[in-house]
Amino acid sequence: MSAALFFEQLLNGLQFGLMLFLMSAGLTLVFGVMGLINLAHGSLYMLGAFFCAAAASATGNFWLGLIAGTAAAAAAGALIETAILRRLYTRDHLDQVLATYALILILTEGTKIVFGPFPLYLNTPTLLQGTVNLGLTEYPLYRLALIGFGLAVALGLSLLITRTRLGIRIRAGENDREMIAALGVNIRALYTLVFALGAGLAGLAGALVGAVQAVQVGMGEPVLILAFVVIVIGGIGSIKGAMVGALLVGIIDTMGRFLLPRAFGLFLDPSQATVVGAALASMLIYLLMALILVLRPQGLFPAHA
Amino acid sequence: MADPVLTLSNLSKSFGALKATDTVSLTLLPGEIHALIGPNGAGKSTLIGQIAGRIAPDSGSITFRGRDVTQLSTAQRARMGLGRTFQISSLIPEFSARRNVMLALQARQGSPFRFVKPVLRDRGLIDGAQAILARVGLEGRASVPSAELSHGERRLLEIAVALALEPACFLLDEPMAGMGTEGVGTLVRFLRDLKQQAPILLVEHDMDAVFALADRISVLVYGRVIASGTVAEIRNDPRVREAYLGEEAT
Amino acid sequence: MRNEHREYAVNAVLALGLLAVPLWALWANEPFTITLCTRIAVLALAGVGLNIALGLGGMVSFGHAAFFGLGGYVAGILAQHASSGAPILGLPGSNQMLVIWPVAMLVAGTVAAAIGALSLRTTGIFFIMITLAFAQMVYYFAVSWPAYGGEDGLPIYVRNRFPGLNTMRPWDLFVVSWGLLMAGIGVFALIRGSRFGAALMAIRQNPDRAASVGISPFGVQLAAFALSGAITGLAGALMADLSRFTSPSMLAWPMSGELIVIIILGGVGRVFGPVAGAAILVGFEVTFGGMTEHWKLWLGLVLLGVVLFARGGLLGLIAGRERLG
Repeated sequence: MSAALFFEQLLNGLQFGLMLFLMSAGLTLVFGVMGLINLAHGSLYMLGAFFCAAAASATGNFWLGLIAGTAAAAAAGALIETAILRRLYTRDHLDQVLATYALILILTEGTKIVFGPFPLYLNTPTLLQGTVNLGLTEYPLYRLALIGFGLAVALGLSLLITRTRLGIRIRAGENDREMIAALGVNIRALYTLVFALGAGLAGLAGALVGAVQAVQVGMGEPVLILAFVVIVIGGIGSIKGAMVGALLVGIIDTMGRFLLPRAFGLFLDPSQATVVGAALASMLIYLLMALILVLRPQGLFPAHA
Repeated sequence: MADPVLTLSNLSKSFGALKATDTVSLTLLPGEIHALIGPNGAGKSTLIGQIAGRIAPDSGSITFRGRDVTQLSTAQRARMGLGRTFQISSLIPEFSARRNVMLALQARQGSPFRFVKPVLRDRGLIDGAQAILARVGLEGRASVPSAELSHGERRLLEIAVALALEPACFLLDEPMAGMGTEGVGTLVRFLRDLKQQAPILLVEHDMDAVFALADRISVLVYGRVIASGTVAEIRNDPRVREAYLGEEAT
Repeated sequence: MRNEHREYAVNAVLALGLLAVPLWALWANEPFTITLCTRIAVLALAGVGLNIALGLGGMVSFGHAAFFGLGGYVAGILAQHASSGAPILGLPGSNQMLVIWPVAMLVAGTVAAAIGALSLRTTGIFFIMITLAFAQMVYYFAVSWPAYGGEDGLPIYVRNRFPGLNTMRPWDLFVVSWGLLMAGIGVFALIRGSRFGAALMAIRQNPDRAASVGISPFGVQLAAFALSGAITGLAGALMADLSRFTSPSMLAWPMSGELIVIIILGGVGRVFGPVAGAAILVGFEVTFGGMTEHWKLWLGLVLLGVVLFARGGLLGLIAGRERLG
C-alpha cells in the first residue's frame, strides 16, 4: 500500500462524505423544522441527476444541466410539499412513511416514463476534465472540484442558517413552532421554502454525482439510507451533526473498503481476505451507527439538547 | 414517630441555568396527606417527575419504603408501590375505562409475559376493575373508551387506576384541576378516606382543598422548599404570605 | 349489523375465500391461480408478523425485509447443504420444512432481537430510520458474501419437503402455506387478546402511562419485535420455497415497504388485515401489471389516496374503527 493510494482514498472518502452531507442536510432540516420523515428525498436526488443529464446533453453545457437539475428538484420539492406533504405534518410517522413511500413509487415510475428505462450518462465538463498533481498523487480534477463545491455549499448553508433572516426563522421553527407563528412569520411559506431548499440540495448532489456514475432509476434510495445513518450518527435536526456524520460515514466507508481487505490479508489467504474484508467493510458504517446508539442514542450533536 | 414511606434528600435538578429543583428535602409519613404547593413555575412538575422516575435528578436521593430508588425506572417504582396520577389526564385512549383499570390490576399481578389467556374473559380482572370503578363512581361508564370520557370522568379514572395498584403511597398531581365545585367536594371527602389506605403526596392548586385536607404542607418557590409545616403554621408564615399567598391575592 | 360482527364476517370471507379460490383452480386445472393464492398467503403471513410490531406495538419498522430475507436464506442454505452433504456449523443441512421453519424463526427472531434492542433505544422517526439502515446492512452483507450466491441469489432446485405432501405440486404447497397463515393469525389473535397484548397495545398508545402502572415498555416491545421478526422470517422461508429461489431482493428495502403497504391496505392492527392487504396488493399487481409495465405508478397513487382519505384500510372501511374493549 502506497501513501499515494491511501491519500487518494482519503480524498475519495471526503468527496463521498460531502455529497452525503448535501443529502442529509435537507433531510435533517425538514425533520427539524416540520417534523416530517421524507423517504422520497432519494427520489429528489434522482430527479436532480436525470434533469441535469438531460439538460446537459440537450444544451451541450454541463453547467446549465447542473442548474436545471437543482432547479427541477427544488421545484418538484415545492410542488410535493404544497400538494401533499403539508397535509401530513400533524399525522403520525406511519402516515408520513407511507405517503412518502408512495411518492417514491410515483416518482420512480414517472422518471421511467419520461426519461426511458435506460441509464443516462453525464460527461464531466471540459473545464474539469483530466487530473491535477497534488504532490503525493495525481487526482481527478472533477472529484477535487466536488470537494471544493461541497465545502462551498456547506459554508453557504451554515451562513444562511446563522446569518440571515431566513436562517433565524428556520432555527426558531426548530425550537418552537408556535413562537414563529407568534412572530408573524408565514409558516406555510416557510415550510415550502425549507422543503424546496432541502430538495434543491438533494438534486444538486444527484446532479454532481451523476457525472461520476450512471444516472439511473433507483440511484437515490441507497444514498437516502446512508443519509439516515448520517442523521442517526449526527443527531436529528442538526446541520453540524449532519456535517460530522456525513464526513464520518463517507471516510469510514471508503477507507474500510480500501483497508479492511488488506488488513485481513495479513493473516488470511488473499482470496479469503478479500471476501471477509469486503463483507465487513460493507457493514462498517452500520456498526458505527450501532455503537453510537449504544453510547449516545440521541446522536453526536442533538439539535434539542 | 413511624418511619417515612417516602423521603427526598437534597434533590436537585437544573435545566441549563435554571434550577428547577434546588436541594429539596421532604418526607411522607404513614397515614398523612402532605401537600406540595407553590406558584406556577415553582418546579412542582419537575419534582413529581423525579419522584415518579421520569426525570433523573442531578444530585440527591429518593428513598421509598426503606430502599434507595433514585436509580430505578418508573415501572420499577410503580411495581414497588408508587401510585401516581397525572396533572393532565394520561390514560390509554382506545381502552375503555374498565380496561384502563384492568391494565393496572394486571400489572400488579406480575409479569406481562403471558400470551394465552384472553384478558377480556378474565373474570378476576373484570370484576376487580368494576369494583374499583364503583369506588370512584364510574361503574356506569366502564365500557366507554377513555378518550370519550368527560374531563371530570378522566380525572376520576386517573385515581381509579392508581387505586388498582394498591400502592404504598399515592402521588397525586393536581387531581382537582378543572373539576367543578361539586366534584372538588366529593374528591376532598374521597381523599380523606383514601389516606387511611396509604399516605398521599398531593400537589394541588386549589387552596381550599389543600387547607381542608393536608396534615402538612410544603411550599415550593423557585425550586426550593421555603417553608414546611402544619396548615396553621403555613397560613401564618410571613415568607409564604409574601412569596405565595401575596401573589395569589394580586 | 354491529361493526364487530361485520369484521368477523369479513374475516370468514377472507379465510374461506382464500381457500375456495385455489380449490376451484384445482378443479379447473389453473395452477397459476393456485400459486397466486399461495403468494397471497405467504405475504399475508409476513404481514401478520409485521402487524405484531407495527399494528399492536406501534413500532414502525421499515426493516422487516431483513427478517423475511433471512428466513429465505435459511431455507436456501439448509437445502443447499442437504443436497451437497456438507455440514454447516458442524450440523447437517436439511430439506425438511419442519426442520427449516424453526431454524428460520430462530435466526430471524434472534437478529430481530438484536436490531430491536438497538433501535428501541430511540423512538418515532429514529426507529424508522434505524430499522431501515440495519436491514440495508443485512442486504449488503448478503450481496457481498459470495458463498451463498452473493448478488445472484441462491436457487432451490427441489422444494423442501413436508411429510405426506408433494410440495412440488401447487395445491400441496398452498395447503401448507394456508395452514401456516391460519396458525400465524391464531397466534396473533391470541397475543392480541392476552395480557402481553394488552401491555403492548397500552405502550403503543401511552408508554408513560404503561410505565407508571409498572409495565416496563422496553422488555415488552423487544419481545414483540423479536416475535414479529420470527414470524416474518417463517414467511420468508416459505417464500423461498414458493419461488424456489432465495434472492437478495427479499432483503432489500422495497420488500420492507411492500410489507408495510400490505398492513395499511388491509387495516393496521386488524387480525385479518394482512390477508386483505396481501390479496389487494397481489390482485393489483396481476390486474394492472398485465396492462402496463408502470403499474407501480398507479399503486403509488392508490396508496397516497389511502393515506390521505381512507386511513383504516379495507377492514376499516367495512367494519369501522376498531374497539379494543
